[in-house]
Amino acid sequence: MNVVITGLGATTPLGGDVPSTWEAALAGKSGVRTLEYDWVEKYRVPITIAGQLVVRPDEVLTRPEMKRMDPMSQYAIVATREAWTDAGSPEVDPLRLGTVVSTGIGGVWTMLDAWDTVRDRGPERVLPLSVPMLMPNSATAYVELELGAKAGAHAVVSACASGAEALAVAYDMIQSGRADIVVAGGTEAAIHPLPISTFAAMKTLSKRLDDPERASRPYDVDRDGFVLGEGAAVMVLESEEHAVARGARIRARLLGTGRTADGYHIAAPEPTGDGQKRAMLAAVEQAGLTLADISHINAHATSTPVGDPIEARGIRDLLGGHTDDVLVSATKSMTGHLLGGAGALESVFTIKALEDRKAPPTINVDNPDPDLAINLVRNTPGALPASGDLAAINNSFGFGGHNVALVFGSA
Amino acid sequence: MAHPENEVLAHLAEIVSEETGIDTAEIQMDKSFTDDLDIDSLSMMTIVTLAEEKFDVRIPDEEVKNLVTVGDAVKFIAAQD
Repeated sequence: MNVVITGLGATTPLGGDVPSTWEAALAGKSGVRTLEYDWVEKYRVPITIAGQLVVRPDEVLTRPEMKRMDPMSQYAIVATREAWTDAGSPEVDPLRLGTVVSTGIGGVWTMLDAWDTVRDRGPERVLPLSVPMLMPNSATAYVELELGAKAGAHAVVSACASGAEALAVAYDMIQSGRADIVVAGGTEAAIHPLPISTFAAMKTLSKRLDDPERASRPYDVDRDGFVLGEGAAVMVLESEEHAVARGARIRARLLGTGRTADGYHIAAPEPTGDGQKRAMLAAVEQAGLTLADISHINAHATSTPVGDPIEARGIRDLLGGHTDDVLVSATKSMTGHLLGGAGALESVFTIKALEDRKAPPTINVDNPDPDLAINLVRNTPGALPASGDLAAINNSFGFGGHNVALVFGSA
Repeated sequence: MAHPENEVLAHLAEIVSEETGIDTAEIQMDKSFTDDLDIDSLSMMTIVTLAEEKFDVRIPDEEVKNLVTVGDAVKFIAAQD
């Protein structure tokens, strides 16, 4: 059973939908800005920059919708509506429709607001919808309700790999015959004092606060940590048979998935990159391809001193003599790290790269790490082969040693 | 000090409108929460919680089932001290 993608949706630090996000990405724009919330000063938040949405949900959702959803679900619904419309708002038997919308952290805003209420105003003031809003499956559940999906609604959690893993689960749902259409992706709304403080306490965030747009710099020698981002990306995955039967426009194919674990450390990647390589190989193998067929990789590359080289070396080890032929893009340089949303957004970028035959740039690489030796697309988009079917890998690696690689192919 | 009924209706209508998106003008005394305004149990709980805070009253759980119409709720709240 072939799995194809028939709709894309996103709300990101580069734009309120996929076209504007992609246009900004090709232009090498940065979505990272200084935080302007009053809580920054109030709580002396140590990191004051993040990739923030261009279009806030209150610009597109109604007030009742806003009130019954945590921001992470709001973002997911915005992206879902775009994706569903993009797919042609398909008619599908609800029993053959599923959802897999993941998040890394869940409804942190709701959880913490409810705790503030308990402490400051008493338990009787806590709003009844707090649990449905804060639970990590809330995003997938609201998408399920939005679409009336009955085949299954899932939310797989693997930190920064959650959004990619959601797509892998959706792939399995269709392949195994559980559903004809699965709406899948990832979301995160964690730009809040607590997550910022805890990531900062791990010394994992960039401190380049005076120059926000240049702080996220994967593969640059002066990279000093990642930049948090927020947003959601959702896509409509479908069996090719179902898509063709309804005359849908096929945007790309999900050809294979690879998922492994490092068995090493709760946050640091295993230094040999073995788990990451195994994931990439598994995805390529499931796709029925070889590494020689790959022309583009959207790297996980978060801009951390330790993480970037492990992935780059792994890519080099795998590609060998083919390394120069594969254009690698590190798009977190522009969006920041969307945590649970990253794997899904970067899959959207991978699909767009295949459609337009252009690999997006990696910005802020003023001085490439000398250990790099991969073909990194810098500053301006890189041209992918002008004809023939293309295949690309999207990598996502999460705290806890979760490695997810997805192979996408041309429509 | 008990609240006058028309004031209670106005504020309650605002709370219900925020929760449901229904226009305040449609939230009249004779409207049933479930049958006319299509309010489910979770939304009703939310409205009760917000009303308790707004009017500084207690609406016990066992009382909520008696509040079938908007008017029932308005009268109950207005009668509290």
